[in-house]
Amino acid sequence: MEAIENKVAEPPSEESILVEAARSGDIGAFESLVRRYDRNVFRIAQHITQNREDAEDVVQDAFLKAYQNLGQFQGQSKFYTWLVRIAVNEALMRLRRRRPERMVSIDEDVKTEEDSMPREIADWSPNPEQQYTQAELKDILGKTIQGLPPSFRTVFVLRDVEGLSTEETASALELSVPAVKSRLLRARLQLRERLNKYFKRRDGDTRP
Amino acid sequence: MKCSDFLKELTDYLDNTMDAHTKAELEEHLQWCHNCYVVCNTTKSTIEIYHDSKLYELPDELRSRIHTAIIEKCKCHKNGTESSLPHNSGTEKVKENSSQ
Repeated sequence: MEAIENKVAEPPSEESILVEAARSGDIGAFESLVRRYDRNVFRIAQHITQNREDAEDVVQDAFLKAYQNLGQFQGQSKFYTWLVRIAVNEALMRLRRRRPERMVSIDEDVKTEEDSMPREIADWSPNPEQQYTQAELKDILGKTIQGLPPSFRTVFVLRDVEGLSTEETASALELSVPAVKSRLLRARLQLRERLNKYFKRRDGDTRP
Repeated sequence: MKCSDFLKELTDYLDNTMDAHTKAELEEHLQWCHNCYVVCNTTKSTIEIYHDSKLYELPDELRSRIHTAIIEKCKCHKNGTESSLPHNSGTEKVKENSSQ
């Protein structure tokens, strides 16, 4: 029985069927892929560009580019990881156009660890996000992540917001796994430090 | 273990991607180091808050508009009629990459 099971090839995933159909010219199949991933691509694009119009353009351009280049997609990685790589490149290109005075690169080398060392050690209130309305919280989180270098916030959004694995993030960004881990640690620590002023336990907060 | 050693391992610890021995060492450090305990907990909260934040959701109206635009451009690309589209960044890329 075991030997028979070993011979049975894994059935193609729904995604790979859609990709194959789209590659053969089925626009409806490609539309299904758009519906599946457009929200993710939009979030990633807005996190990187920090600009709504740019994010809209990135979503359109990334899907169009994916469609045009489906023939080059080998199926060795997941379609989504491949799409994310295209979207990240488009988003960084937009950011460079908007901020030509600043070098924007995913490969930027961070020479010091000082930027991420915790300076303020303060415990937070329980459920700190509940101290704010949804709109206030979104404003705080948006402003806070905007202060990170693009290479840090890109890694953070792929790993911690979109839930890609470290390996998938490395593949999407064409970085090594240690480089992803290093950026992720610094991104997490810097965000934590910056959120302290909003979330730290206030005097008189007696909840456990 | 020093606090700087703990910090280096923090990402793997939070992601639970480390061997049992290293994990036990880190947890032993957390038993007595209040600063690392606080940094660990607040970093974990940072990740959770961002993950759950629904920051930058795509509104339905915008989503529908983007879909229409994408599919139109794909059809144009397929039919080789992209030159009839008005000029914007997306169509420019079609022209750059198109074999038509």
